[in-house]
Amino acid sequence: MLGTIRKGSGGFRGASLPDPDKARAEFTWEIAEKMLDGLPDGALNIAHEAVDRHVGAGHGEQTAIRWLGKSGAREEITYADLAEFTSRFANVLKAHGLERGDSVFGLMGRVPDLYVTALGTLKAGLVFTPLFSAFGPEPIRTRMEIGSARVLVTTETLYRRKIAKWRDEIPTLKLVLIVGDEAPEGCVALGPAMAEASPEFETARTMPEDRALIHFTSGTTGKPKGAVHVHRAVMYHALSGRYALELTPGTIYWCTADPGWVTGTSYGIISPLVNRVTMIVDEAEFDLDRWYSTIEREGVEVWYSAPTAIRMMMRAGDEATKPYDFSGLRFLASVGEPLNPEAVVWSNRVFGKPFHDNWWQTETGGIMIANLAAADVRPGSMGKPMPGIKAGIVERTSTGVKELGDGDIGELALRPGWPSMMRTYLDEQARYDKCFVDDWYLSGDLAMRDKDGYFWFVGRADDLIKSSGHLVGPFEVESALIEHEAVAEAGVIGVPDETAGEVIKAYVTLNPDFEPDEALERDIRGHARKKLGPAVAPREIVFRKTLPKTRSGKIMRRLLKARELGLPEGDISTLETDET
Amino acid sequence: MTHDDIRAAFLEELVKVAPDLEADEIGDDDHIQDDLELDSMDVLNLVAALHTRFGVDIPEPDYVRIATPALATDYLGARMAA
Repeated sequence: MLGTIRKGSGGFRGASLPDPDKARAEFTWEIAEKMLDGLPDGALNIAHEAVDRHVGAGHGEQTAIRWLGKSGAREEITYADLAEFTSRFANVLKAHGLERGDSVFGLMGRVPDLYVTALGTLKAGLVFTPLFSAFGPEPIRTRMEIGSARVLVTTETLYRRKIAKWRDEIPTLKLVLIVGDEAPEGCVALGPAMAEASPEFETARTMPEDRALIHFTSGTTGKPKGAVHVHRAVMYHALSGRYALELTPGTIYWCTADPGWVTGTSYGIISPLVNRVTMIVDEAEFDLDRWYSTIEREGVEVWYSAPTAIRMMMRAGDEATKPYDFSGLRFLASVGEPLNPEAVVWSNRVFGKPFHDNWWQTETGGIMIANLAAADVRPGSMGKPMPGIKAGIVERTSTGVKELGDGDIGELALRPGWPSMMRTYLDEQARYDKCFVDDWYLSGDLAMRDKDGYFWFVGRADDLIKSSGHLVGPFEVESALIEHEAVAEAGVIGVPDETAGEVIKAYVTLNPDFEPDEALERDIRGHARKKLGPAVAPREIVFRKTLPKTRSGKIMRRLLKARELGLPEGDISTLETDET
Repeated sequence: MTHDDIRAAFLEELVKVAPDLEADEIGDDDHIQDDLELDSMDVLNLVAALHTRFGVDIPEPDYVRIATPALATDYLGARMAA
């Protein structure tokens, strides 16, 4: 194990929680409530907390979003601008007859309209769902169907490439808004619609338990699940941004996550704005020099990134960091998958601060376990539970669950009740109920707590794959593969990769009349990429005559994985047909 | 290798990494990430494939120099000549 990074006096100077253990012991939810403004009659609206209240308090001129375009464009959007744009957007929704609770999907890259769409939707009292713009048509369509999408906001390019063909087959879809001044037939151009709309809108008086966001997450079997989050979640976004990310008013903050995933919404839109920071939004994808010069030029103080990007920086070496001045950095954090200890130590050396790993999930809505600024960092550990959060390591038993002791490996579990916890899976109450046993929320992640209370990630308890920080369900990938005419059956697993954590690998059997060869491998992979997009499609496909299956015909992914990794095969008593 | 050979070989490796693309539909100035939708893992795989094919080691800061077929052809040509 790599040595502990001690904070000493330098580490907690100015930290929001100078003594985390004391803060945990004395915590009450009133502390979080006081971070919010609220609306009359007990109403609460995320958009008000993130935008309008700051304008009301005289901070309208502060930059909320500093947008960096791919080709060098720059745009400063103040809190006052954001209040106006979101009001106009809310009026556009209203003008089209949309109502409270209707579902608005956003599908676009990191452009200013995305932020206006998310917050304008919430302001109008509608429910926002982000979609990752690199998804292929299939994952987009599935999510819009499950979420009964009423509105889609996207770009003309994405619409033509991924939506137009099947748009009419989504019966709930009423309105497609296209960013910019022109729109294809049957769609509405957002630019002119916004220009005509009134800049005044009275924020919807949503109640704390009203639906605000639906984030999709993958399951091991069946379709993706829509985790429902409510406006009360903003209480936890305010608190966790302050405590786990050191977000204070005026902080220059850069979250590199895409809002198509939960991190990019909770900590790339809501939490930073609620804490009145100035957000850097970079439209471009990872590019080493661009990233380093952005940190220097923009004076980034708090940087929230992910292991895949950090490992790419590390691969480029210390030399690449030398031309840059990183002295403005105050706090670095990482999420998405466990950050390897070497990367923590490396970041401490080159940036003068370590990346602080933290842990949470789509279902938890916010950071649950974290390395806080004033606490010593044990490289490789996710840290300790946040104030207000009680975590444990448990084991499922025939009657319920049993809590395990320090040093034991078991399932990471949380005591329910924090404000940003999901309220249900959309139309799948049974799947939701299965997550809770004996008053614990079971995360599906295996972990261990050491004797000093630090939590360590061990692996997934199920077949889900974590690739470049994105949770991928094997079922969704297998379903797309078997749509290829040559593929009879498919089993999909994650195999370890030093950069991405895991990459997706597929084992397939072929229909009669098809011969395994390189051309077919490529054709199937190309098919999967078109359907699913590069983040979800397999990077490697191997051919088998048969796949290992149980008596009930279920493909044993666990066995494929154990063999791939050269691990013991475990209990194979249910194996009926073996792999050949 | 001629300029055209390098270009053809680059496109061949590109469509191996991203077989959803057709080599003859790719424009010289198409950006591999913005236009052709490769993600960062694809780029790493492409860099590894180019290394094997051309014997050229492409350091991370040079990734921008293989961002389009036109840029990549010039870059690989220059690196092989060096």
